[in-house]
Amino acid sequence: MYYVELMLNGLLVGSLYSIVALGFVLIYKASQVINFAQGEFVMFAGYVIAFWILSLDFHIAVAAVLALVVMVFVGLLVEWAVLRHLIGRPVVAVIMATIGLASFLQGAAQLLFGVETRSVPLPIDDYPVFIGDLLLNRIELVAAVFAGLGFAAVGWFFIKSRYGIALRAIADDQQVSLAMGIDVKTFFGIAWAIAGVVALVGGVFWGNASGVDTQLALIGLKVFPVVILGGLDSIIGAIVAGLIIGLVESLAAGFLDPLVGGGTKDLTPYVLMILVLMFRPYGLFGQKIIERV
Amino acid sequence: MINRETGVFKRTYAEDLAIYRTPLPKVAIAVIAVIVFVIVPWQGSEYWLGILNLIGIASLGALGLNILVGYTGQISVGHAAFMSVGAYTAAVILREFPGAHWLVAMLGGGCAAALAGIFFGIPSLRIKGLYLAVSTLAAQLIIEWIINHWSWLSGGAQASIYIAAPTFPWLGEDGLVVRKMESNLHYYYLVYIVLALGILFALNLFRSHLGRAFVAVRDRDVAAEIIGINIFRTKLVAFGIASFYAGVTGVLYTYFYQIANFESFTLLVSIQFLAMCIIGGLGSILGSILGAVFITMLPIVLDFLLRGVGGAVFGWDDAAASAIMPQWNLIMFGGLIMFFLVVEPDGLAKMWRNFTDYFRVWPFPYV
Repeated sequence: MYYVELMLNGLLVGSLYSIVALGFVLIYKASQVINFAQGEFVMFAGYVIAFWILSLDFHIAVAAVLALVVMVFVGLLVEWAVLRHLIGRPVVAVIMATIGLASFLQGAAQLLFGVETRSVPLPIDDYPVFIGDLLLNRIELVAAVFAGLGFAAVGWFFIKSRYGIALRAIADDQQVSLAMGIDVKTFFGIAWAIAGVVALVGGVFWGNASGVDTQLALIGLKVFPVVILGGLDSIIGAIVAGLIIGLVESLAAGFLDPLVGGGTKDLTPYVLMILVLMFRPYGLFGQKIIERV
Repeated sequence: MINRETGVFKRTYAEDLAIYRTPLPKVAIAVIAVIVFVIVPWQGSEYWLGILNLIGIASLGALGLNILVGYTGQISVGHAAFMSVGAYTAAVILREFPGAHWLVAMLGGGCAAALAGIFFGIPSLRIKGLYLAVSTLAAQLIIEWIINHWSWLSGGAQASIYIAAPTFPWLGEDGLVVRKMESNLHYYYLVYIVLALGILFALNLFRSHLGRAFVAVRDRDVAAEIIGINIFRTKLVAFGIASFYAGVTGVLYTYFYQIANFESFTLLVSIQFLAMCIIGGLGSILGSILGAVFITMLPIVLDFLLRGVGGAVFGWDDAAASAIMPQWNLIMFGGLIMFFLVVEPDGLAKMWRNFTDYFRVWPFPYV
């Protein structure tokens, strides 16, 4: 029973990893930019929604809509001000720019909203849910539902909507897309805006569970094992790998911690990632275009 | 004597490879050496010598990272982790063998870091670019984890090892004695002699077969392979050399603070060293040093600005200024990285070159 519980809780946490990784994959798919600032996006979203609810006393729904608008704006601004100028530049330049962005967002969020840790209040009581004998965290359950809704929305967007089709075309071949009359730069902006929005889901639920401060940005580091395992350009990969990483972490905490004395939860994802990089660098679902030298 | 080049008149490879292509740099180097090793230590206050020490140590680390990132084109987000390998190795050597000389510990630290670098560089044989960045990130986090969790190695819950101050022979009034390094002046000589050796090695490295192979791998790896460069070996040697620099840098930090502590070697520090290379200029030895100066001085200048200008314009007192200092530090750090990447990708070294080029042909617009 204990192990089933461990696994289920791991999966629930994993669904939040998936949604954070989704923002990352969207940007990579569209513009081949590795976004080291995805965790900071989540943190910033957490700060924004906590600000609307705690300081201005808005209802959670209003606050969510307002935060959504802010995050779209932040995403567009980042693309317009920085990343647009780095198209065609070496990988190290682009990676470094997003690292700079991460630092900038951390400083800006603290300066705008204050340094003290706050929690995003949610109208969900924290009494656990019992399914038979299984004990599940209610907030994590709701978070998983919202993450699922997020995936459905992004999936619909990519498969059905005009903009999603254009984004897929750009991911496939930028030059041909340009020739077909797709304004590539605008769509890079759209990809960043969507990444800002999905970060909001992570920001709300993670901000509720562990509090909003700069530590929240560390979730961004958890994203790398997820996206490498799933494949950098695969949305399905992000979902599946997020669940796997959540599961592995939870099982490691349950099985290995008593053996080695704690902390394996933070280590196992990266060990797994190194193994994936060595044996299957394009991940479970990624395109096999990785260059070997 | 003070003549300058008017064109390229090299006829032999030896001339092409020479460090001093014209007599002027010889004079310039001599002047710089006198300034660095005589005038500054003689005139500098303890406070400024302390800052100069930090700059010197950072320069060495940035130089090492630039050899890897700027010259060989392999991204590493784990530079600080290799520093910590060096730092803890030296500290453990000094703890387990109290009689060991600090120079031995320093070399040991450098070699251990080089081995760690080569080990974590192995993924670079199969992957490159962003995948490599991610795998070095994993190296950083795994090494950090090991240092924090293996207390038999890293000394207890705080993961810190205190060490005794290094010593040096001193010919004073009582004849030849062994003295402990205790002031910033003593450390100044230690740091800058090591840095001078580091710069000398790097300058000569890029005159050699190996250094040119690094550049070839960076510029076009397939072409490099075709002209007979063993890419695997070259990349691993680049990781090894860069990590050796990192290890020695970590040892210098340890000697300077007299404690090996993992907090000096977090992911943030790795990012700072990358920022030094970017802001200073990738693939430039001068750039590494300029970048180190820039990033080290940034908080100091910012502190001065916030207190001085903020006090004069907005009426902030010292408490208010120091309260927002960390945030502004983050904002300026990130903002400047993005600014340099967008506006001057070749960094401060290129700005310096533009500046000197202007005066070289002055008063003419071009040669």
